Amino acid sequence: MVEVEARVDTTVFTPEHEALRQSLRSFVEKELAPHATEWDEAGDFPDWVFRRMGELGFLGLHYPVEYGGQGGDYFCEIVLAEEMARCESGSVAMAVEVHTDMATPPIERFGTREQKEEYLAPAIRGEKISCLGITEPGAGSDVQRISTFARRDGSDWVITGRKIFITNGVRADFCTLLARTEQGFNVFLVDKGLPGFTVARKLEKVGMRASDTAELVLDEVRVPASKVLGEEGKGFYHIMWELQGERLVGSAGMVAGAQILLDRTVAYARERKAFGVPLIRHQALAHRLADLAIRIEASRQLVYWAAWLVNKGEYPVREISMAKLSAGRLSFEVADACLQVFGAYGYSMEFPVQRAWRDARLSRIGGGTDEIMREVIGKLEGF
Amino acid sequence: MAVEIPYELFGEEEEEFRRAARAFVEKELAPHAEEWERAEAFPREVMRRVGELGFFGLKYPEKYGGQAEEGREAKGILADAVLTEELAGAGSGGVAASIGAQKDLFTLYLYRFGSEEQRQRWLPPALAGEIIGALAVTEPEAGSDVAAIKTRAERVEGGYLLRGTKVFITNGAWADAVVVAARTSPGPGHEGISLFLLEAGTPGFSRRRIRTLGWRTSQTGELVFEDCFVPEENLIGEEGRGFYYLVENFVWERLVMALGAVAGAERVYRSAKEYSLTREAFGRPVGKFQSWRHRFADLVTAIEEAKRLTYHVLRLYLAGQPCLKEAAMAKAYATEVAFLAADEALQVHGGYGYMMEYPVQRAWRDARLGPIGGGTSEIMREIVARSLSA
Repeated sequence: MVEVEARVDTTVFTPEHEALRQSLRSFVEKELAPHATEWDEAGDFPDWVFRRMGELGFLGLHYPVEYGGQGGDYFCEIVLAEEMARCESGSVAMAVEVHTDMATPPIERFGTREQKEEYLAPAIRGEKISCLGITEPGAGSDVQRISTFARRDGSDWVITGRKIFITNGVRADFCTLLARTEQGFNVFLVDKGLPGFTVARKLEKVGMRASDTAELVLDEVRVPASKVLGEEGKGFYHIMWELQGERLVGSAGMVAGAQILLDRTVAYARERKAFGVPLIRHQALAHRLADLAIRIEASRQLVYWAAWLVNKGEYPVREISMAKLSAGRLSFEVADACLQVFGAYGYSMEFPVQRAWRDARLSRIGGGTDEIMREVIGKLEGF
Repeated sequence: MAVEIPYELFGEEEEEFRRAARAFVEKELAPHAEEWERAEAFPREVMRRVGELGFFGLKYPEKYGGQAEEGREAKGILADAVLTEELAGAGSGGVAASIGAQKDLFTLYLYRFGSEEQRQRWLPPALAGEIIGALAVTEPEAGSDVAAIKTRAERVEGGYLLRGTKVFITNGAWADAVVVAARTSPGPGHEGISLFLLEAGTPGFSRRRIRTLGWRTSQTGELVFEDCFVPEENLIGEEGRGFYYLVENFVWERLVMALGAVAGAERVYRSAKEYSLTREAFGRPVGKFQSWRHRFADLVTAIEEAKRLTYHVLRLYLAGQPCLKEAAMAKAYATEVAFLAADEALQVHGGYGYMMEYPVQRAWRDARLGPIGGGTSEIMREIVARSLSA
């Protein structure tokens, strides 16, 4: 039937993206992956990761050249997320993603030239590390209810409140922070060293242990008007815009992580024998793995479709929310099924699968819980 | 110049065709679905009408009565994919299956593996819907395990004698001609299977209708061959190559099943949504309860996944890339999601959903075949699993 040639775009990626993928992969496998266990056990990873990635140009893939970025398209961020999944540490991948795809995109999108020079350019170089301050002890997914307040004082703003579960919060040089004002919400660029801005504690987590997660306290932190990012009063919308990109890039990373874990598990199941034959020859297990492979491919194609819409300039909240719900659930389900295949080895702290399992559990919570995704999708669908 | 097909697959040309296909389905098929289902049959005239509109021949060259322009065959396949989606709008899995068996099985085997003479003779009337065709592979003791078929074709002077029984053959009960898989040598397994074209009037050929849970109009039949003589010019392709021909067609068969399943799932989801937003309980629409909102969110997400996976396979297929594994993935996932969609729709309809007076039960019964027909979900997982262990 199709003996006749047709030129079909079978993928969203170009040969340039594939070249980028190769250079990212070689960096991640050589310079990051070997440290995954050590960093997880230490509960930290060194700051050189940011500087090294900045040096290699990986922190500004789709940022304008004039600020030191590579000027690439949105798919470059997808490639970055997919390849970072190979570092075997959800923590490091997440920390970098917070920097490249959560805390800095609003600066590129809404910032003034001065703000871009002061924050974006050094962030792209990996010299300034960023964090994103939205969540508070009393307001997580329910962003509207945050209570950190910015009071106007002459031409300055004075900010008071608490932010929690802030990835990179300990090590960051500045925070892209959402606060309530008399007029609505503002996003501020707040330098970490400012008087009154302190790290209350570093939080202990079930997984993602190498990533630093902070509770930040702002006690009458004074910033000039030049630190307001974007339009005054529009902060909520700026942050809502940011959340979409974050969710999709995160989803791409989760799917890629699930694929890597499945590949490892398949390799193990081909080696390891039970009842005289390799595990993979046991049909129930083989079909379970096949099922995961199907689900991963379905999720990946959904992510690519959403990314294609984004790259085209659309703002596909429906598809992005679906991708996040799909990839988040998949990520943990795959990790759990793979842990099962490894049996008691899977349960042992000496093997990396337990780390993937612990790390993956965050997929269904961070960046908007499963439940929030269902609310968004359900409401968009008219329910 | 090669045809160019973009990532999003469908352009203005396809959307225009989609409108035409939809208009036909909405005006000429959907209004009769209930009546045909009750009668467990639909008129042959419908098949002629489909032929007249050119819908059987979308992917075939003009010289056989098809619509595909030379050099633009890929566009024809794309149009066929659109038609497959739109046929879900008929609300009758059986009608869609009969049309599908004609366009994706019977004629496709003749076109791909038949001789020029066979094509000339059979394709024009089949594409016009004047003769109805079927493909007969499955037997009482060999379904997914094609290599286990027992129907024999014994070489005799000037042809072959067919002996055996085929079951669950869509269009089998009313077909004018059937492509039959039979053993021309004792085996083992894959070797020694050949394809033949058998005409309905052949002495020794008898059949009966098999009633089905869903797909009630699909003219599903049991076919019995008692020393049916088939002339040697009706051997399709080479003797002994039948199994490989079947395998070659699997990708497209699974792809159209996935396309139809996704479209069916979207349709049943839309009707469930509409109902749940009108029907009130405890003072508000059922669909506005959080529990249902979240279930529908999960469902519509699964449908979107299935759709994107299926389109991925369609792209690979159009590009001529190998995609046996991916097609198996899409077939399994899409048909399972489609049944889930129908089951959720039935649930949200409550008591009405269980009544034969409402169409949702039919969608539910029809969707149940998806994970069975054209290779079960278990076989699809087996294919995927083999690719993992290879």
